[in-house]
Amino acid sequence: MKHSAFAIVGRYLALAGVAVLTMGPFLWLMSTALKSGSENIFAYPPALLPESPTLDNFVRVLETQPFMLYLKNSALVALLSVGANLLFASLAAYPLARMNFRGKNLIFLVLLSSMMIPFQLLMIPVYDIAISLGLQNSYLGLVLPHACTAFGVFLMRQAFLGIPRALEESAMLEGLNRLQIWWHVLIPLVKPSLATLAVFSFIAVWGDFLWPLIILDDPSYYTLPLGVNRLANTFSMDWRLVAAGAIFSIVPILIVFIFSQKYFIEGAMRGAVKG
Amino acid sequence: MLSKSNQSALAPALAASGRAPRRRVQVAGLVRALVPYAFLLPACAIIGAFVLYPMLHAIAASLTDYNMITESNFVGLDNYAMLLEDPFFWNSLKNTLLYLVFVVPVLVVAPIFLAMLVNNALPGIKMFRAIFYLPVITSLVVTGLIWKWVYEEQGILNYFLLSTGITDNPVAFLTDPANALFSVMAVTVWTGLGYYMVIYLAGLQSIPRHLYEAAEVEGVSKWQQTIHITIPLLKPSIAVVAVMSSIAAMKVFEEVYVMTQGGPLDATKTLVYFIYQSAFEEFEMGYAAAAGVVLFLLTLVLSMINLFLLRKDR
Repeated sequence: MKHSAFAIVGRYLALAGVAVLTMGPFLWLMSTALKSGSENIFAYPPALLPESPTLDNFVRVLETQPFMLYLKNSALVALLSVGANLLFASLAAYPLARMNFRGKNLIFLVLLSSMMIPFQLLMIPVYDIAISLGLQNSYLGLVLPHACTAFGVFLMRQAFLGIPRALEESAMLEGLNRLQIWWHVLIPLVKPSLATLAVFSFIAVWGDFLWPLIILDDPSYYTLPLGVNRLANTFSMDWRLVAAGAIFSIVPILIVFIFSQKYFIEGAMRGAVKG
Repeated sequence: MLSKSNQSALAPALAASGRAPRRRVQVAGLVRALVPYAFLLPACAIIGAFVLYPMLHAIAASLTDYNMITESNFVGLDNYAMLLEDPFFWNSLKNTLLYLVFVVPVLVVAPIFLAMLVNNALPGIKMFRAIFYLPVITSLVVTGLIWKWVYEEQGILNYFLLSTGITDNPVAFLTDPANALFSVMAVTVWTGLGYYMVIYLAGLQSIPRHLYEAAEVEGVSKWQQTIHITIPLLKPSIAVVAVMSSIAAMKVFEEVYVMTQGGPLDATKTLVYFIYQSAFEEFEMGYAAAAGVVLFLLTLVLSMINLFLLRKDR
């Protein structure tokens, strides 16, 4: 379809408007984080740009708060959770997509219905279980509830269903066992779905707040969202520092996002169509 | 279908002649029959331990006076009866339903326009899609803090409103009970727009192009095309977004926790905030579990409506 020049300008204006709406608050936060201690951050009219931009606030946050530790915790928990979810979900999806066995329909139905149960109902007993397993203040405690999602099982099952059976049959004639078929034949063919699942579970784990809030009381296991929240409670009045901490916590996911943007957007679209 | 697998697994064993090989084949058949369960084991163990068992546990706990300190006793439906008489519970339920009523329609409609806006090949369009998606990837805690700062009495938003003459006095976004819930809702909407935009984008891109081309030839206006082609063919996506955003609205917590702590005067206390507070601040676990069951039932109703709509439309 051809657009007139007028329509194109109109579109860009609308796009720019929405971009200001979505990016504006981030930029305002950034500007605040770069303002020096002598600058009045409540000045009227507000100074959109810092008078003399400084990284002091970032330095102070990193000196007084263990943000590098939070970053390490977040990265470790995200890596383990996403890895486990990819592995366990794609393992479980294989028999559900490709094998016949007793109880298949029942297992499928139970997994399906488990997606409807809100974590907010489960948090009390899960907290109990975690405590009795000695999982409080541990990485395992942070990871395990995320280590396999029913959504992941379904996404992977859909992906496996789309692969021609003939491939599997010929692999069987070659003498490969089921585990070998799964790993050498099927997994390489479902990489886009794995990427989708990785991105979905990464966003969920990286931003998770409620579960770590419940299960941790030792700040040395805090992930970034808890670290930022703690910072906000400690320096509730000094927005420069809170802003610097918030920016610091956004940067890692922003970097991941910039380099794998394609997977985020396409993955979300794929998830929407198939999930 | 259920027994077929076992038959096929045992068939070679039965057909085999000679004792020793037959036995070996039988064992192999048994092992083969266990293969699917082995694949399923880790997933089922984790989902069983952290979803299914806790679910039953939560329902059981809702029938007790469990509080983590004293011995818990079976109290039947007492917790539910107490909920019905608890004005704080009704208030949180009311806030959650208000959330549903105001947030869901916006999140169903606005992202359609956004998706139509970014559904083209203009230069730089991918960058705009990415920018619109930014709030989605940001942790809700950080989002809440960002907006708390934007909403400050002497903050940037008030400056904008005052300088453009939209308001005469600074708006107390988070500190006035009349505004607080709506201010929190706006943040939830801001966070969700990009996500649902992408879902609609997927829906838009699955609409066959030739439909528009034919309409173009017939001289049908852009607006008419939207009404008669786009919206009807987008119905499945609309149903998905309606249900996803309703379920999300039922679970709002982080924004409230960070921005208002449920205040002022409980104006922003949602159902999940009520559950969190009852369980982890007041240690009334049994009572909180009962409120959790209510949340579950409401979510279940929404999910059922979802399944019904999807089945009808697809």
